[in-house]
Amino acid sequence: MESIPIDLNSGPKAVLELIYRLKVGDVMSRDLATAAPDASLRDIRSLMRDRGISGVPVVEGTRLIGLVTIENILEALDGGWIDQSAQEHMTRSVIVLEADMPLTFAITYLNRYGYRRFPVLDKNGALSGIVSAKDIIRALLVEMNHEVERLEEGLAKAEPAPENTSAHSKSFSFPTRHWDFETAGRASAALKSELKKRGVDPAVQRRASVTSYELELNQVIHSDGGVMEFEVGPDKTVITARDTGPGIANLESALTEGFSTANEWIRSLGFGAGLGLPNARKSSNEFSIESAIGKGTTVIAVILHTPKTEPGSPV
Amino acid sequence: MNISELPRVLTLTPVQEAFDDRPIAGAYTSDLLSDVMARASADYVLITIQAHRNTVAVASMLNLAAIIICNDRPIPDDMVEAAREERIALHVSGQTQFQVSGILYAALGSKG
Repeated sequence: MESIPIDLNSGPKAVLELIYRLKVGDVMSRDLATAAPDASLRDIRSLMRDRGISGVPVVEGTRLIGLVTIENILEALDGGWIDQSAQEHMTRSVIVLEADMPLTFAITYLNRYGYRRFPVLDKNGALSGIVSAKDIIRALLVEMNHEVERLEEGLAKAEPAPENTSAHSKSFSFPTRHWDFETAGRASAALKSELKKRGVDPAVQRRASVTSYELELNQVIHSDGGVMEFEVGPDKTVITARDTGPGIANLESALTEGFSTANEWIRSLGFGAGLGLPNARKSSNEFSIESAIGKGTTVIAVILHTPKTEPGSPV
Repeated sequence: MNISELPRVLTLTPVQEAFDDRPIAGAYTSDLLSDVMARASADYVLITIQAHRNTVAVASMLNLAAIIICNDRPIPDDMVEAAREERIALHVSGQTQFQVSGILYAALGSKG
């Protein structure tokens, strides 16, 4: 089992930054060795030997239908079916990644499932590459070299998280990244603990957390990345969710329950049902949204700390 | 009924048991986390098959009492860790959402 010993929750900031910049599609091998369903395991064994690889995707056209691994070959040699076809003995339930996913996914999957490689599909579901621990380590080393060069040249600007604390109000912010579900929720968790520390009414804490989490998830699911800014005062919390694109084409639709542009994968996680923005609006006392195609979206939500002004939602 | 009494009324395996015991206010059954965010209330039990750490994040935002993962879905380690950090009870059951909901509905006197 190969795992990549990087702590995606609390590793060094510089390392995490460069991991977040990379997508699975940036590091995968595109030079694919594939086999047809009727190829013999013996031929696939030769292919593995010649190319120095340990897994061969089995494809019909561009569609992935299985994977022949070195373990399948060893079993075939043992069991005496090395001359039979790939489709009879290949691994059929294969965990795949998408080229647009952040590299953090590949690292998490390698560590979680213990497989050595994951086929990568493009937006249309066609096989476009394969990613192994070796690919990831190579890409990380290249990026780390660049990063160290930058640091040495003194060009890397230190960016401490802006945090202002006056006697009664506190402001802080968190960046979000497209499809980074691994750290989604950090910003909202920080808001929740700040409100808890202040002894704000639990029902208000909850409304503020829900509003924040919905807006944070929206940035993760739909935007090219953005920032969650919070200003917690003595009697209200102001949440500003700002992203850098792509912008919402039809605001009215986006605020309608059930309308969503999320893909299948997001839906399989239980999100992207078109309830996010309506729920954030319902949970806040004031809500405004501005969006421009190509520029981005900014949502400002205000939650009053007085428990009396519950806007509708059952708490 | 308290969170600690869940294993008594249901057939389930506790996965994460570091939590602050308190009365259960009700339950909500859904695999759509966006829907859970909109409708589940504080101190509710969430009955679902969504076994990943984002489920814990949702539960934490809502101050839910416990999560029950149905159909013996495998629970990833990072989900267990997140539940421990957030002090949310996490159980796995071989039963379906329908069965778990039915039993809990009767036990809670149809709350939620």
